[in-house]
Amino acid sequence: MTILTRRKLISSAAIGAGSLLTGCDALNRNPTFQNMLASAESGNFAVQRALGDRMQLASEYNIADLSPSFRANGTRDPGTSEYAASAAQGFADWQLRLTGLFSKPRHFSLAALQSLPQRTQITRHDCVEGWSAIGQWTGVPVKILLDVAGLRDSARFLVFHCADQLGGRPYYESIDLLDAYHPQTILAHRLNGEALPVANGAPLRLRVERQLGYKQAKYITGIEAVASLAGIGEGKGGYWQDVANYEWYAGI
Amino acid sequence: MPKEAIIPQQPRHHLTTRLWHWTNALCLLIMLMSGLTIFNAHPRLYWGEYGANDDYAWMAVGSSDRIGYLRLGEMRIETTGFLGNWQDSEGRTQKWAFPGWATIPSGYSLADGRRWHFFFAWIFSIGLALFMIRSLWNRHIQKDLHMRRDEWRPSRIWRSLRNHTRISVIRQSRDKPYNVIQKLGYIGVIFILLPLMILTGLTMSPAMDANWPFLSDLFGGRQSARSVHFLTAFALMLFFMVHIVMVLLSGPLRQTIAMITGGHGEGEAR
Repeated sequence: MTILTRRKLISSAAIGAGSLLTGCDALNRNPTFQNMLASAESGNFAVQRALGDRMQLASEYNIADLSPSFRANGTRDPGTSEYAASAAQGFADWQLRLTGLFSKPRHFSLAALQSLPQRTQITRHDCVEGWSAIGQWTGVPVKILLDVAGLRDSARFLVFHCADQLGGRPYYESIDLLDAYHPQTILAHRLNGEALPVANGAPLRLRVERQLGYKQAKYITGIEAVASLAGIGEGKGGYWQDVANYEWYAGI
Repeated sequence: MPKEAIIPQQPRHHLTTRLWHWTNALCLLIMLMSGLTIFNAHPRLYWGEYGANDDYAWMAVGSSDRIGYLRLGEMRIETTGFLGNWQDSEGRTQKWAFPGWATIPSGYSLADGRRWHFFFAWIFSIGLALFMIRSLWNRHIQKDLHMRRDEWRPSRIWRSLRNHTRISVIRQSRDKPYNVIQKLGYIGVIFILLPLMILTGLTMSPAMDANWPFLSDLFGGRQSARSVHFLTAFALMLFFMVHIVMVLLSGPLRQTIAMITGGHGEGEAR
């Protein structure tokens, strides 16, 4: 009798665990359930924005804190002939195009960007996968570009267009204006005191320090100011948001 | 008329305790399994502020050729079939750290694992806060879980620990007030391990680190917090296993029904 109940208990536990897993996988495929899970993003966004000063700086570190090597992830080389040609001449012909809701849309060469006021910051890069690396970034604050090009009042988001593709789709990312005007949000062209390496996004990558690594778009060719993200890509605000269920707000 | 008969019987477990117990059990199971999915994205743990593939990991799960392994410091333990190299339900070899039966979803998806984890993190955190407030209010913590001065005596703790190896004592004490080991266990889980999970979880958030820079200082860096998050999750799993064994030894049906209906007991433990 005891053996029977014990065996029953063990087998029902195993069946329970098995059906729990199948049940979870079925729920995971259910769009309504996915939307419910995704609602946590709104909570994270609202609470994380409300808990601190809206312009709160991310912690900055010292030279002694730098990672011995800064890991590169995602695209490590866009691999196109145009990109290779530009890289061969030190990106002298690279153009950053400001398009969309600007009163004075314009192009910047790398040299023109470097002649603007610069910011250098040593910050921690946190990948969504879990690893972190500390690096020193130098670049032009995005705010300065917005002021030069005259961001229109109707703009709500900045979309960052990139030279690299993943799985045949162009990489892109977007941030809202609160992050765009944040003092640490820069277009970096230097890492650890040297020209930004190709693997880390040469010649220009975004730093938006209060969010995870996938927001830090690399190989940036343009900034588009838009009122809504609906018309860009599949409308979810970024490459990873379009191809998988990654959240647009990546504060955690 | 005996005196006891006119005292209305109190349930052994408060309604709040029962509601929280089951919500919490569900949340912790889902967060453990979705957490293992997230861990699979980078199955290495570090101490300090930074840590990536080129840095020294104190713990790593990996795979070389047909062997899965767990490395702890300099010690390498072969884990083929369980960690780092295992067969999925269709017989294909997979090299993710934790196997599909232990993760949500069962096939690797970091994005989906994160969605499950953060949604249930909200329910778990709100539930814990409400349970703490309510249990202070209804004096469950003061009356049933508070360690009295004489209970801190090492001899008393040792005796209680030894009693947990005696089935007859376990069965006899199931309706009695909580013993010293139970009190320490429940207090440790409710006031140390569970809050530690929330705080180390928040320390992994770049936005929260900007809002509350003390978080990273508290744990000695984001990667230390990630390690503590993982270790605490295993401490909770250990608690869960002992908890289940004790329920099984002390009368699983009766104990489970009591945690659903409230049950009744002579002790003040509720």
